[in-house]
Amino acid sequence: MSELRLPAPARRHLLSIRDLDRGDVERILDTARSLAATLDREVKKLPTLRGRTVVNLFYESSTRTLSSFELAAKRLSADTMSVRSAGSSVDKGESLKDTALTLAAYDPDVIVVRHPSIGAPAFVARYTGAHVVNAGDGKHQHPTQALLDLYTMREALDRLEGLTVAIVGDVLHSRVARSLVQALGLVGAHALLVAPPTLLPRGIEALGCELSTDIGAIGDADVIYVLRMQAERMGPGEAFVPSLREYSALYAVTPERVRSGQVVMHPGPMNRGVEIDPRVADSAAALVIDQVRAGLVVRMAVLYDLVAQRPVRDSRAGEGARENREVPSALTGAPEAV
Amino acid sequence: MILASRNGNADSLSLEGRVVSPTQGIDESLRVTVTDGVISAIEPGGVLATVIAPAFVDPHVHLRTPGREDEETLQSGTEAAAAGGFCAILAMPNTDPVVDSAAVLGALVERAREESVVPTGFMAAISTGQRGEKLTEMAELAATGAVAFTDDGRPVESAGLMRRALQYSALTQRPLALHCEESTLSRGGHAHEGKVSAELGLGGYPSTAESVMVERDLELAAAEERPIHLMHLSARESVAALDAALAAGSAVSGEVTPHHLVLTDDAVRSLDPNMKMNPPLRSEHDRAVLRDALRRGAISCVATDHAPHARHEKDVPFEEAPFGVTGLETAFAALYTHLVLPGELSLETLLERMSSGPARTFGLVEPKIEVGARANLVVLDLDAESTVTEQGFRSLSANSWLLGETLRGRVLKTVADGRVVFAA
Repeated sequence: MSELRLPAPARRHLLSIRDLDRGDVERILDTARSLAATLDREVKKLPTLRGRTVVNLFYESSTRTLSSFELAAKRLSADTMSVRSAGSSVDKGESLKDTALTLAAYDPDVIVVRHPSIGAPAFVARYTGAHVVNAGDGKHQHPTQALLDLYTMREALDRLEGLTVAIVGDVLHSRVARSLVQALGLVGAHALLVAPPTLLPRGIEALGCELSTDIGAIGDADVIYVLRMQAERMGPGEAFVPSLREYSALYAVTPERVRSGQVVMHPGPMNRGVEIDPRVADSAAALVIDQVRAGLVVRMAVLYDLVAQRPVRDSRAGEGARENREVPSALTGAPEAV
Repeated sequence: MILASRNGNADSLSLEGRVVSPTQGIDESLRVTVTDGVISAIEPGGVLATVIAPAFVDPHVHLRTPGREDEETLQSGTEAAAAGGFCAILAMPNTDPVVDSAAVLGALVERAREESVVPTGFMAAISTGQRGEKLTEMAELAATGAVAFTDDGRPVESAGLMRRALQYSALTQRPLALHCEESTLSRGGHAHEGKVSAELGLGGYPSTAESVMVERDLELAAAEERPIHLMHLSARESVAALDAALAAGSAVSGEVTPHHLVLTDDAVRSLDPNMKMNPPLRSEHDRAVLRDALRRGAISCVATDHAPHARHEKDVPFEEAPFGVTGLETAFAALYTHLVLPGELSLETLLERMSSGPARTFGLVEPKIEVGARANLVVLDLDAESTVTEQGFRSLSANSWLLGETLRGRVLKTVADGRVVFAA
């Protein structure tokens, strides 16, 4: 009996790692690797997204994520436009719904959203026909960060399956930690969260990770992933730890706490001397700059995956699937377009 | 204590069906005749599918008037109540201005006499402006008609003020209805603290934020020997405290909302702002304990905590949305569909907890089906299905947690204080 096998439905958006399966992750990482090869060329631009529009809608300050998305879109020849809350009509009290509807009127192909509220990218997706990429929503998700972290680990350690990654620091307020734990689970790696009890969210173990309040636990990890410790967490009524001094004494990643063979990662921006000792940050074990470089190719891969690889359906139009099967010649390892 | 509604002629009508009145031990096919608003005859009737029951009483409704008449008015809110089968409702005082003076309350009662379709009682604030600093003029408020006192929407943070409120309210013979929330524990919370909030990164609102306050208030009330009513209970720890207080003989009662009985925090995964309430939806374990407490009667009433919000205020990302959902028009169908049909709760118990239970708790006249009683009746079609849509509400607001759901059990007719106030 023959069975009609339909291709997996196109992922319309990248809102959360939860929306992905292992195949999606591997495809994006493979695409990123193929794209990385093109970065060594003299002319770094690919024609893949020529004529497409990518809008970056950023409601929070960001250097690396915004510049990385801008450059990724430009490297793929897309037209880009960045809208920031400061100096825009958001300052005048415009609601997210109206901003989304306004931008949608320009018919962008992709809207990249960073917003302090959980679920804001999904909200934008509801009011536009564009593909929406979550570039960080509150404490919820930062899926491209998790993907670039996986990419960095795979490049450095040649595998993901079976790795143990210790995520150290302010897990409670970290969208990076949430996304990364889910992403590690997808590829068969283990996550260990290490933090003071007040910064470990109750119930987080349901994501499939282990918890420890002892910094010594990082000794068993292949990767030490250090989270940014935000000074505002020490404010009145928000005193999750008594002082940065005590936090550093107990949880800073210092040369003494890193054994040889371990790699150290940090999503940035780093607080040198708080969560990470500068000697570790500047050591050969640190992959922080590799992460930034990975950010560019992984974001290119995500844009490619959403727009170029699969037919785009405009949900508002409800018809007339626009297609672009133009695959960059360098993408030898990428799967066939559907 | 005043329940006010617009004057009108009492109706005469005849209803036939399966009459179910749990507190009276009635469950048989009867014909009920109402003459000039009073039940005049109850005779054997034909076997029909419709159920006739004592109409419902909702002890917890936000009518948003005065101040936010764009969200609800006395007329729209009571029309919604009528459509939900209610013959009496109690409105919360967290309006703008707050119902904290006889002047505001008196004006509201007058307005209810013009606009309310269903008899409406008003609770007055415990503290002036609900600021938790000084007591309202409780004696004058009670004389003006206040049914009970509450700072609902926010807790009485000061234990000292709560103790004084308990002591002073003894002058009024009115209970305190308490919104129990320890705000240093709930601050920044948008969802129950548990695996869902951990995964989504939502600020956690732990169960202890409610139960710590429930325990404080139970202890203060017991020491002062004053009755209290615990509003919208959500956490199993609170139920345990309520059970202990009841066992010790305290004059305490509790209520639970349809949404806490039906949903869990799993619904928050959708990040739908209509799944955001205070207190938040909690775990499956909590829900099971709430259902059990309602079944046993430890929780004596279902309360909708009907909280209308303007569309544009809910059409925002989850964390930016205000707390609260509507519930008057869907309460019976939601609980019949989700609790009675699966066998979690008997129809009789549901009817009792929506009618006699809340009436008794607040000292209102219990709706009864007996000759000589004012007619307060609801006629239900248990087999009818309807889908909840934004367009289908009499309420001015549509922030329902049931949008898109198809429910069984429909209110066909509501008779409140002798008048037909709703007919489908």
